[in-house]
Amino acid sequence: MGSEIKMREPRCKGLIGALLKDWRLYLLLLPLVLWFAVWAYKPMGGLLIAFKRFDSSLGVWSSEFRGIQNFINLVSGVNKEQFWQAFRNTFIINAYGLAFGFPVPIILAILFSEIGNSFVRKFTQTATYLPHFLSEVTITSIAIMLVYSGVHSTGILASLFQELGLLEPGVSMLAKPNYFRPLYIAVGIWKESGYNSIVYFAAIMGISPTLYEAMKVDGANKLQELRYVTFPGMAPTLIIMIIMRVGHMLSIGYERVLLMYNSNVYVTADVLSTFEQRIGILSANYGVGASVSLFNSLIAFALVIGANTISRSISDTSLW
Amino acid sequence: MELLNRSEKIFKVCAYVLAIAFAAAALYPIIYAFSVSISGRVAYESGIIRLLPKDVTFQAYNMVLHSKGFWIAYANTLFYTVLGTAWSMFVSLTGAYALQNAKLKFRRQWNFLLVFTMWFSAGMIPQFLNYKSMHVDNRWGIVIAFGIQAYNIILLRNYFSGIPKEIEEAAIIDGANDFQMLTQIYIPMSKASIATVTLFYAITRWNGYYWSRMLLSDPYQQPLQVYLRQQIENYQKLYDESAVALPYSADSLAYAIIICSIIPVLIIYPYIQKYFAKGVNMGGVKG
Repeated sequence: MGSEIKMREPRCKGLIGALLKDWRLYLLLLPLVLWFAVWAYKPMGGLLIAFKRFDSSLGVWSSEFRGIQNFINLVSGVNKEQFWQAFRNTFIINAYGLAFGFPVPIILAILFSEIGNSFVRKFTQTATYLPHFLSEVTITSIAIMLVYSGVHSTGILASLFQELGLLEPGVSMLAKPNYFRPLYIAVGIWKESGYNSIVYFAAIMGISPTLYEAMKVDGANKLQELRYVTFPGMAPTLIIMIIMRVGHMLSIGYERVLLMYNSNVYVTADVLSTFEQRIGILSANYGVGASVSLFNSLIAFALVIGANTISRSISDTSLW
Repeated sequence: MELLNRSEKIFKVCAYVLAIAFAAAALYPIIYAFSVSISGRVAYESGIIRLLPKDVTFQAYNMVLHSKGFWIAYANTLFYTVLGTAWSMFVSLTGAYALQNAKLKFRRQWNFLLVFTMWFSAGMIPQFLNYKSMHVDNRWGIVIAFGIQAYNIILLRNYFSGIPKEIEEAAIIDGANDFQMLTQIYIPMSKASIATVTLFYAITRWNGYYWSRMLLSDPYQQPLQVYLRQQIENYQKLYDESAVALPYSADSLAYAIIICSIIPVLIIYPYIQKYFAKGVNMGGVKG
């Protein structure tokens, strides 16, 4: 019956018709579109200055075009030493992060899932998530004071290391290049590993208990359960997290490095984003700075696409 | 019948011990910071404070709470947090509603443009020049130009699209338009998700540091994080200026500022904590 009733055709068709009819809907979309247009997409146009000699009185469009001169300066010209040092440090710090920081949340999630007492579990989870919600400034300030070693005071960690013979008295860990990376990784583990364990914990909780029971009937021990049930159950989450991690291989959060490093430790601490900040903003060399930005963004984007493609072809798990 | 075999028992004991040890290690620096902030100078500088305070004195807090710079920074941060969170929520809620609405033309494309910003960003220098050219150098600039995250919008959008369509159809029959649909159906039905996203935005605003420092030209508009960082940068100077007669050490003062700055986060933390278990923060990874 219903299908025989002819609906009256709307008077206006297509896009304009939809806009007129649902104008309220498009008005609701407008703030979001404007915000992302102005603060996310407009600066992408500003990447053009990577190919220009930027003159702030002329602006992005009218500045003098100089081709790939900025990039040549970076990879083989006046800035090459700093650039390659930052490039190397970025990869090394990320590799350390992958080796030492990445497994910790997975281990934590497995530990949490073993804790049957709900009070103990809640308490340990709440305590380990907390540092994530404190600011980088707070976390790094505490870390700096703990390892500070100067004329008037010695932080508690610095004095512990001195007692253990790992550190000479009067030497500040913050001024020694070989301490920067371990400190940076340790701060990262302290701040983020609890919070990052949430996704793995959720994945473990999603594994059907019958699988564990079946393993038990077959006489498996705990390690075999982990190997044959827990890890396969976590695999999709693990793969997603690895893709994201690889995608961010070049983009170390600059805030923490900026807060922890100083000119004494550039040789191990300076990463691409902090180099970009110093040369681009502090030295006002915008063209070269923007070419680091472009380099960073393009490689990060390519890494995400690459990791995602590989993951999709071998495991059916992908981000999109 | 034995419920746990031997390897499981050993594993369980290890799990308890390790998890508690990790939790203690995560909390220790914060408790230690608090203990030092209320300890006397002599006790602290002789290095005997390990966990609990000695010679308890609140002089460091007295000093912080009588500092004009601290209160200006605190008030600024409150301003950025309250107005900034309101602005972020306004843009996110309206946008999330529109992006999940079947009537929206080019819905897929709009959503793609949002997700794309999570994977490709212009980078620091173009952003910096953009902020400069748009005159983001004052309080309102910081409120408007920052703090909106594609991830949170996707979270809200996914929650909205899970609301049963029958409810929406009933409202349409009652003559509801899109404004009424959002304010009277969608928002009241998603209180828990909205509360979570609001808290996440508020914490991000409270903790904001870098761009405020780079962009704000007036030192009296700087937020608390910048104030705290400047105190730490002047660490050595703090020491030299704190005459021997003072009953607290420079570290106590710095820790007191830190404790004052994290109290609001600690107060709302239990409320955020409630939503973790629901996996609310994973729902949106897939665009």
